[in-house]
Amino acid sequence: MSYLNSIGEYFLMIKGIFGRMTKGIILKSLIFKEIDLLIIGSLGIVSFISFFIGGVVAIQTALNLNNPLVPKTLIAFAARQSIILEFAPTFISIIMAGKVGSFITSSLGSMRVTEQIDALEIMGVNSLNYLIFPKIIAMLTYPFVIAISMFLGILGAYAAAVLGGFVGSDVFIEGLQNDFNGFHLTYAFIKTFLFAMILATIPAYHGYYMKGGALEVGKASTTAFVWTSVVLIITNYVVTQLLLS
Amino acid sequence: MLEVKNIHKRFGEEEILRGIDFVFETGKTNLIIGESGSGKSVLLKSMLGLFKPEEGTIEYDGKPYHSFSEEEKRELRKKVGMLFQGGALFDSMTVEENVMFPLRMFTKSRKRDLIKRVQEVLERVNLEGSGNKLPGEISGGMQKRVAIARAIVNKPKYLFCDEPNSGLDPNTATVIDNLIMELTKENNITTIVITHDMNSVMEIGENIAFLKNGVLAWKGDNTEIFKTDDKTVTDFVYSSNLFKKVRKAQLQGH
Repeated sequence: MSYLNSIGEYFLMIKGIFGRMTKGIILKSLIFKEIDLLIIGSLGIVSFISFFIGGVVAIQTALNLNNPLVPKTLIAFAARQSIILEFAPTFISIIMAGKVGSFITSSLGSMRVTEQIDALEIMGVNSLNYLIFPKIIAMLTYPFVIAISMFLGILGAYAAAVLGGFVGSDVFIEGLQNDFNGFHLTYAFIKTFLFAMILATIPAYHGYYMKGGALEVGKASTTAFVWTSVVLIITNYVVTQLLLS
Repeated sequence: MLEVKNIHKRFGEEEILRGIDFVFETGKTNLIIGESGSGKSVLLKSMLGLFKPEEGTIEYDGKPYHSFSEEEKRELRKKVGMLFQGGALFDSMTVEENVMFPLRMFTKSRKRDLIKRVQEVLERVNLEGSGNKLPGEISGGMQKRVAIARAIVNKPKYLFCDEPNSGLDPNTATVIDNLIMELTKENNITTIVITHDMNSVMEIGENIAFLKNGVLAWKGDNTEIFKTDDKTVTDFVYSSNLFKKVRKAQLQGH
């Protein structure tokens, strides 16, 4: 029953976010601030992970290619497919649930504990719109993060495969172009858009409606990470079933 | 003027407020005092519209709050200043940005006019020169003064203060009390203060409501409260050893 209440409360929160809007000039500055905090601030870790995981995918594929009948172009093909279809959109989103999600939950939770959200409400500000709407808009730029992740993942795979001596540069590039299906990119970015909305709103829900003190802020961050990850995985399954089956 | 009439508020089976009637007068510091759990904060939050009472009415200048349209409620909130127990300052903003916040949200004034008004208010609370600091960089007493500045910057008609002295040393607490009283007089505001602090009662208690178990047990001012023989009140007022000695001295005619 409490899950149903929470789901209902979550959708009422979404309705509230798009209720009475904050002044445009204030929203504009908040959106840029959130882009800096949520998106630009995540580029470093996303780039680092993407490059090295891409490299690992290429090495693992190369080391498992024992059959001489299987062409070496498969290394680049496998790296491309796994990075574009799953690694960049899904794996990076799980990491972002930990980084960005925890930040959103703890910052809103701290504001709840210190009565800053009550202060906004008493001043007559729609606190849901003021606090969460800029995060949602900022997360609309999340597909750029995933595009960078895809690029760096493939670059990492190239570096590992070519510099590691598993395959030549021309063979790798040929494998990268083999059987390329443009719809796979569309699928990946549709997923990314949905994941961005999940990453902005579920942690925000757990922070905004948090009850208790400083200890509960930590607990809320953990709960938010768990639920964001669960919803991401389920959404991934459903979208894959709908778009690729 | 703000008047509550026959306010009842329940949470589940428990009745927190049981028929409170009280008039909070304009231009006076109105105090709500009482033990923890007596219903002070619930009454304050009911007046602010954060809780909806099951029975009774809350009237702002003679007009019942429940009859206000959403637009009227929003307009009313712009006339309300609130000083929270912990200050509730936005910790990502500087002192100046905190004080400017209500002006930026609800006025269309030019930035230089906003800055001028913020400087005026910061000077009034003796915080000139602290505008660029973050709340984390100033003391608790200064944070309270910033919160007061933010609460009055929009020239409110009603000022609500939730335990403004909690966590402050006696000197700073007196400074905050005096500031609240002076601002009330200067701007003819209806000020409502929740407090446990008997020093505040003595200093600024011009109109006091004493709550016990959700009922208005006594009302009067700061001279009357020390003369009353009402045992419910005297048990609360003279609960500390210091005030017991004051009481003893009073009774002995010193």
